[in-house]
Amino acid sequence: MAQSAFKRRNLARRRIVGGLGVGLALVCAIIGAACLLIILGYVIVQGAGALNRDFLTQLPHPVGVPGGGVGNGILGTFIILGIATAMAVPIGLLTGIYLSLFGRGPIPEALRFLSDVLSGVPSIAIGLFAYAVLVAPFKHFSAFSASFAFMMLMLPLLVRTSEQAIRSVPQTVREGALALGMSNFRATVRIVIPTAMPAIVTALLLAIARVIGETAPLLFTAFGSQFWESNPNRPMAVLALQVFTYAISPYPSWQAQAWGGALLLIGAVFVLSLGARLMLRRAMRGLEA
Amino acid sequence: MTAVGAGELLATRDLGAYYGTRQAVADVTIAFRRKAVTALIGPSGCGKTTLLRCFNRIHEIGFDARVEGSVLLDGQDIYANDVDPMAIRRRIGMVFQRPNPFPTLSIFDNTVACAPKGLNHQGKMEAAERALRSAALWDEVKDKLRTSPLRLSGGQQQRLCIARAIAAQPEVLLMDEPTASLDPIATAVIEELMSSLCNEFTIVAVTHNMQQAARVSSVTAFMLADETGIGRLIEADATSKLFTKPSDRRTEDYISGRFG
Repeated sequence: MAQSAFKRRNLARRRIVGGLGVGLALVCAIIGAACLLIILGYVIVQGAGALNRDFLTQLPHPVGVPGGGVGNGILGTFIILGIATAMAVPIGLLTGIYLSLFGRGPIPEALRFLSDVLSGVPSIAIGLFAYAVLVAPFKHFSAFSASFAFMMLMLPLLVRTSEQAIRSVPQTVREGALALGMSNFRATVRIVIPTAMPAIVTALLLAIARVIGETAPLLFTAFGSQFWESNPNRPMAVLALQVFTYAISPYPSWQAQAWGGALLLIGAVFVLSLGARLMLRRAMRGLEA
Repeated sequence: MTAVGAGELLATRDLGAYYGTRQAVADVTIAFRRKAVTALIGPSGCGKTTLLRCFNRIHEIGFDARVEGSVLLDGQDIYANDVDPMAIRRRIGMVFQRPNPFPTLSIFDNTVACAPKGLNHQGKMEAAERALRSAALWDEVKDKLRTSPLRLSGGQQQRLCIARAIAAQPEVLLMDEPTASLDPIATAVIEELMSSLCNEFTIVAVTHNMQQAARVSSVTAFMLADETGIGRLIEADATSKLFTKPSDRRTEDYISGRFG
C-alpha cells in the first residue's frame, strides 16, 4: 500500500517534470519563431509602402526630390553576385570534387581546415583583404573587388557542401560506373556529379542567400554609385549598401526606402531558401531509389 | 577440383585479398568453366564477394585494398603492371547485389553507357535493343526508353543493369548475389536469364542461396572462413556432384544445414 503510493507519487513527479520540459521547449520555440515573425512583419509593414514600379526601376533621387528607386542597386547586386558566383562555382566545385575523391591525407585535411577557418573569418576582414589587394593598388573602388570578397565568403560553403553532396551519392553508383570500365574522372563527371547536382545547386542557392545581404565588405569595395553602372571595373551601387546609406540618413523619405530595400533583400533570401528546399527534396527523391 | 588449364577463360592462382592489413581471402586457385555458370557459395563473411571483386579489379578501388597472386584472363595476368584495369573491366562485366542504374540517365542511356565507342545513333539503338532483349527487358521498356530507370521495379532495374553490362560486350559476367534484393518472382526471371546468358558468357555468380546455386549453376565452388577469419576455397566441383557427394566434410556440413 505504502509502496504503491510511493510509485504513484514518483509517477506524478515524472509527469510534472516531463511536462515542464516539453513546455519550456515549446516556449523557447515560440520565442524564436516570434522573433523571426516580428522582424518579418515589421519589415513588411515599414517596407511595403516603398515598393512600387519606380522603386524597382528608377535611379535614386536627390534628397528633397520625391520618388526615385534602387534600380541601379538591384542591377549592381545581380552583376556582383553573378561575377562572384561565376568565380566561386568552378573553384568550390572542383575543390569539393577533389576532397570527395582524394579525401584522405594531409593535403585534403589541411584544405578542409583552411576552408573551415575561412568560413569563420568576419566578412569585414574579407572586405578589407579585397580592398588591400584589388582597390588600393588600383586607386579606385570597383564592383569586381566586391565580387572577389563575395567569392571568398561563398567558397567555404561551396567546398564543404559540394564535397558532402558528392559523398552522399551511393558508392554502388560509382562502382557501377567503374565496373563498366569508365575512368575515375568520367565516372565522376558523367555519373556521380549529375546524381549529386540537385544537392550542389541547393548549396549554391544557400551560398548566394548567405552573401546577398552582406554589407560590410561592400563599404570599401563596390563603394556605391548614384548612376546606372554595369562596368565591374568601376564603383557600383548595391542594394545592401543603399539600405545602409539610406537607413543612417536623417531623411524620412530615404529611411522609408531603406525599409523597402530591406524587404527586397529578405524576399530574395526567402525565395532562394525556398528554391534550395525544393531542390533538396528533388535530390532526396533521386537518391532514394 | 578443376585444374588450371590453358583452355580456361578465367582462372586464379594463389589469389589473396586484403583490406589494409586484414586478409580476407587466401590461396584461391580455381579455373572457371567457359560459357557456364559457376556459383560461389558459402556462409556470410567467407570472402566470396571479395573474391568476386578481385576478378575485375574493383576490389582495389577501396581504400587500402590489395590483391596478391594472379587472376588469368585468357592466360594473361590481369594484375600485371602493364594492364589497364579499365580495359579489364570492359572484358569482365559485373552485376551488383542491389540494382544500381545510373539515376540521372534514361533507360536508353543507361543501357548504352559503356557500349562500344564510335556507334552512331542507329548503332546505339540496335546495341540497346540487342542488350535489352538479351536481358529479357525489351518488351517491358521499349516504349519508355527515354524515361528514368528509377520508375522500374527492382527486378526490372536489375535486368537493366544486366543489359548495361552485356551491352559493353564482355566475355565474363560477374554477379554478386544478383537476386538478394528481389522477390521470388523477379528472382525466377533473373535465374532463367542466367541460364540463357551462359550460352554467350562465362558467368561467375555469388549466391547465399544453395537452392539457387543448384538451379542455375553447372559448377559450384564452396568457400569457408578459417578460424582466423580468412576465406578459403574448400572445393569446387560439378554442381550435381558437390550437392550429392561432396569430397570435403565441411562442404557436407554446410549443404546439409549444420551451420551457416
